[in-house]
Amino acid sequence: MSDPNPLAGTPRRTRDQVADLHFMDARYKLLDLAAFLDRLEKASGPEDHRVRGLRAALPLLLQSGDDRVAQILHLWSDPSVTPIEKADTKAASGVWPGLK
Amino acid sequence: MRYIEPHGHMVSRTTDDYQAMALAGCAAICEPAFWAGFDRKTADGFYDYFCQLTQHEPKRAAKYGLPHYCWLCINPKESEDMKLADDVLALIPEFMKAKTVLGIGEIGLNKNTRNEMLILEKHVELAVKYDQLILVHTPHLEDKRKGTRLIMDVLKAAGKVKPERVIIDHVEEHTIGEVLDQGFWAGITLYPESKATPVRAVDMLENFASQRVWLNSACDWGHSDPLAVPKAMQEMRRRGHSAAAIDSLVYGNPVRFLSQSPNFQDPQALR
Repeated sequence: MSDPNPLAGTPRRTRDQVADLHFMDARYKLLDLAAFLDRLEKASGPEDHRVRGLRAALPLLLQSGDDRVAQILHLWSDPSVTPIEKADTKAASGVWPGLK
Repeated sequence: MRYIEPHGHMVSRTTDDYQAMALAGCAAICEPAFWAGFDRKTADGFYDYFCQLTQHEPKRAAKYGLPHYCWLCINPKESEDMKLADDVLALIPEFMKAKTVLGIGEIGLNKNTRNEMLILEKHVELAVKYDQLILVHTPHLEDKRKGTRLIMDVLKAAGKVKPERVIIDHVEEHTIGEVLDQGFWAGITLYPESKATPVRAVDMLENFASQRVWLNSACDWGHSDPLAVPKAMQEMRRRGHSAAAIDSLVYGNPVRFLSQSPNFQDPQALR
């Protein structure tokens, strides 16, 4: 089912324009991620399943295409298709615990 | 610029937030029933909550010139207690008589359990019986894709649900396409950490050509921002989108969906 997009009339941006708008934002977020991984290196104990999921997503950033966010969200999603009997928590963790 | 906040949990916010939203161009607020952050033990607790939503909160919003509407339900996080859920469902028809009730919501799933599914089905039956709009909450994070698909299966199985009268909220990049493809409306919720940021939301708006999308802040008692929608509007302006296009998304779209309820009035017509 297709609808007209109200934003379709805007001229397509150049890569320079996108970088001018969003580079610094992406830069500090990448540095924050690097700092998080450094912090983990200095901590003790086994790897958390959420961090394992985060590391598994990093290669997707270097692939070509324009659907990296969707790919990462799919990677972290519960792949099962039927309801569970009962939940032992109300919260979600951010990454499906069964992800290898 | 004007906008509608179609999903804000104002019972959790201060009057300063009402003022800030009004100053930012908000023209109306719609408040779905939700989880209070703790499990309520009795249906009486919900009776009081529904009174708050239908009587007290509209008065508080009116002090800032804002029409306030609401949606009624028991949230999926409290649906594991089937007896409580049934007792709360029995309360809802009485409150539907209030002139500011838009429909049933936010219903849906949290951890995708069998009991949550059963209570979701009962909410859908209630909405069909009373010809109400439906606002759907989809699960968080890793549970979202599975839950979104299960919810759409329930809605389709009910037989009499018109997709154009249902908004499936909290979509993200991996669920928005399926929701729109099946004819439902999609809500993009703007949260500082979970769900979508204003920047990602605008990416989705640019990528998914649809007039069946709205933006909301879902501001509540957690880490959230009651001015998230105007911040997304600012992001659209930064990218060069026209005032008319932005208006059609943040004002026109919610007005078109909500006007399917006889209780909703276009704020422009009230001025």
